[in-house]
Amino acid sequence: MNGLRATGKRAMSRTAAVKTLFAVITGGIAAVSAVQFYQHRHYQLPIVAGPGVTRVAELSQYGAGLKGTMANTRIFFLEGKEPGGRALVMANTHANEIDGVLTALILIENAVVERGTLIVIPQFNNSASRSTRPGDGYPLFYGIPTAWGIKRFRFGDRGASPLDQWPDPDVYVHYPDRQLLSFLDARNTNRTWPGRPNGPLMERVTDAVMRMLKQEQVDIAIDVHGAETMFPVTNCIVAPEKSMRIATMASLTVTAMEGFENHVEPSPQGFRGLSHREIGDYSETLPFLLEAPFPFLDQPTGPKTADLLLNGKDPFLLSLARQHKLFVPYDESGWPVAKRVGQHCSMTLEIINQYSIKNAGRAIRLGNVPRYADVVRDGVGSYLHDPDKARATDVHYD
Amino acid sequence: MDFIMIIYYLISAFIAGMLVWNFVREKEDRQRMLLYLIVLIPFVLRLARIR
Repeated sequence: MNGLRATGKRAMSRTAAVKTLFAVITGGIAAVSAVQFYQHRHYQLPIVAGPGVTRVAELSQYGAGLKGTMANTRIFFLEGKEPGGRALVMANTHANEIDGVLTALILIENAVVERGTLIVIPQFNNSASRSTRPGDGYPLFYGIPTAWGIKRFRFGDRGASPLDQWPDPDVYVHYPDRQLLSFLDARNTNRTWPGRPNGPLMERVTDAVMRMLKQEQVDIAIDVHGAETMFPVTNCIVAPEKSMRIATMASLTVTAMEGFENHVEPSPQGFRGLSHREIGDYSETLPFLLEAPFPFLDQPTGPKTADLLLNGKDPFLLSLARQHKLFVPYDESGWPVAKRVGQHCSMTLEIINQYSIKNAGRAIRLGNVPRYADVVRDGVGSYLHDPDKARATDVHYD
Repeated sequence: MDFIMIIYYLISAFIAGMLVWNFVREKEDRQRMLLYLIVLIPFVLRLARIR
């Protein structure tokens, strides 16, 4: 009897030891991932307000429902001495398309506005920029080399963090058109336009920007994105009917003068919730959406590394390019970040230029912004300023 | 925090509790012990509002 008890006790203590070991291992894995996710969500990106920035506001000023949430974000105003038109540039609508935020930072840190106003929202979907996609092996951060060191950025996700808007519905019913969209689109700020003040958090974000567009009498809104090389709507400007003339002129001009292709795609009337459709339909503003080829988003690539993010070089895409499966030219040089950001800078400047030619009374004139050839030659990092050397009042953490 | 989000956190806490309870009660099957703990990780991260 004593022998049986002793055997039973030994078995129980062995089970307890195994359980403790398993608990320590999985607890360790959970702790390491928790620290990494926490650091990513709470990392603050320093943005140096350049000589053109006249004031910095928050989106919650236009939508009270955003106050105190992770969806609230900064808005940089660059106002010229002469009155004129107003242009808005939005980046990080999809926070895994990095060229937008890099273009926005180049504008904020360098642009000088002589006439009119330039408004820049660098982290439009702030919540998405604080989320990630571990199942796809996304890197949490990426670095842009500069003369003063590596500038570190959060690498976000396409949709807002479920910590900020949860649960997802089975089907997202678009407001106000009641079109049925994918459940994921409830957290996608390029499906929630025009939004409503008492809707889910992402609808409150787009509603606040709609209010800003009307209150600030914004003439043109440019939403900066990146798209797969295997997706036909890439390397282009998407524009609704009312913006088509300016988009076409901008496209033709950059092709002729700067040597890169950026064709025009019409905004579909039956597909709701997109910035290039709803901003045009629900306000006086002319919307444009810029897409640069972004190989990182293509499905058939190798590992989703920070290198792929920055260089756009992938052997599988190269093989597909040789079989004519891609919608953009692709060779061993890939699609580097400087080329993509350079395209966005030139397209933004050209859209503003074409609008100003057609609307002399509401013209917008800005200088000190690099164009395609400048960014390709100098690299994106050359246009980003050292926050340690800037005045403390000029550094904004977003 | 929306009311529906609070409900989802309560559901997550309930599922996490069930997983811990099953882990404690499991005496023999080591694969199940490990499975309960691995499945528990995302629930813990969500309840801690980390991921």
